[in-house]
Amino acid sequence: MTPPAPRTPLLSARSLAKSYGGRLACQQVSMSIDEGEVLAIVGESGSGKSTLLNLLSGRLAPDTGEVRYRMRDGVERDLAQLSEAERRLLARTDWGFVHQDAALGLRMNVSAGGNIGERLMAVGDRHYGQIRDTAANWLTRVEIGVDRIDDKPTAYSGGMRQRLQIARNLVTSPRLVFMDEPTGGLDVSVQARLLDLIRGLVADLGLAVVLVTHDLAVARLLSHRIIVMKQGHVIETGLTDRVLDDPQAPYTQLLVSSVLAA
Amino acid sequence: MTIQPNTIALAVEDLGKSFTLHMHGGTRLPVVSQVGFEVHAGECVVLGGPSGAGKSSILKMLYGNYLAGSGHIRVRHGGALVDIVEAEPRAILDIRRMTLGYVSQFLRVIPRVPALEIIAEPALAAGVDRAAALERASSLLQALNLPERLWRLPPATFSGGEQQRVNIARGFAGEHSILILDEPTASLDAANREAVIGLMAARKATGTAFVGIFHDEEVRARVADRIIDVSAFAAREAA
Repeated sequence: MTPPAPRTPLLSARSLAKSYGGRLACQQVSMSIDEGEVLAIVGESGSGKSTLLNLLSGRLAPDTGEVRYRMRDGVERDLAQLSEAERRLLARTDWGFVHQDAALGLRMNVSAGGNIGERLMAVGDRHYGQIRDTAANWLTRVEIGVDRIDDKPTAYSGGMRQRLQIARNLVTSPRLVFMDEPTGGLDVSVQARLLDLIRGLVADLGLAVVLVTHDLAVARLLSHRIIVMKQGHVIETGLTDRVLDDPQAPYTQLLVSSVLAA
Repeated sequence: MTIQPNTIALAVEDLGKSFTLHMHGGTRLPVVSQVGFEVHAGECVVLGGPSGAGKSSILKMLYGNYLAGSGHIRVRHGGALVDIVEAEPRAILDIRRMTLGYVSQFLRVIPRVPALEIIAEPALAAGVDRAAALERASSLLQALNLPERLWRLPPATFSGGEQQRVNIARGFAGEHSILILDEPTASLDAANREAVIGLMAARKATGTAFVGIFHDEEVRARVADRIIDVSAFAAREAA
């Protein structure tokens, strides 16, 4: 039997730890993700899942441990060793970050077209007509009418804001997208539409996604693998359907059995 | 993918499983122990035995959906035998994409996705081009007598029998050389049971191996090359 040739993962973390004023938010976390993979980080509030997402995306520096990323040129880099300019470029081009609160991910007083166009201009696009065409194209892909291109996100519903946030992130063809409770706080019918959109885009574009959610149904629908966290520790990891259908750890069993089956 | 007859497609050795219910004082529920059998290319092995004997649990372990407690599940995947019990999640996903398919008793409905797309997905995942995948989905739905007006609708509002036919079509749409069937014909009428038997016969002829549970005795008698009584693997351990 010949195992597949070992290759460098897209993003990998080793022994990450972070504490806030003596309280451990994240301890001894190691993980990796490849292109096309969706990894869900699940747990209750305060489990450290958002801290982990911020560590993985370089928005927060770990106390110990390291995060490595394989850049577009194929070279693996330690995030801590990147210059601020390099890190910002990465975040604007090869990465996306979809926040639960759209106001954190969008410029609320800039038109929808401007929100999408800004990321293109950040990578050097200067042709106004082309930028507008691309923005219109992306609005259509996220099911927003092109006639809304000049409206500001303040005039959009919650579900539309999330879809605009996704368009803004994906316009630069990132390879890795971080998502923090992307469907949190939305009505159920709006959630279903957004989830279906995310599922389709992820599959079509072959994106790697690190998804933080407390909703196990969202994790089941979108993710291939799952990391269960509690009090900053990884409690259980594995194939999503295995972890949800045959949870091993006491805490995972509690989490799974606490969900009302619809 | 055509494999030579008599080639072992799946070999189960000394497989054991118990559940530990941490929410109930750590109660251990033994399920099966020392399960062993082989399935060859082009063969259909049916798991028999009373309800509660662990048939479904065995199928779920074969698919990597349940964690095996002990033993080995070796699957012929890309020319090599790979042990599902020890495989990394990524390897299991690859095996599910290319080698191992699973038809459950119920369709897990995905909001807003039309029946044809749900069915074409395993073929697309295995690298079949889109036109061919949709063509295959259509011919499966035709074979399973699903009215054409439903094909482009999401199955959420379909009847149980209609959803199950979408589920079966999806199961047969991929390129899998091993198919696991958990009571696929339970909610079907006679004509559609016949259609499933026909689909199985066609796939067996090209070397697909089947492992399944069929409670309907007539269906079982017609599809099974061998029946394995799972009660022989009842977990025997001190309570």
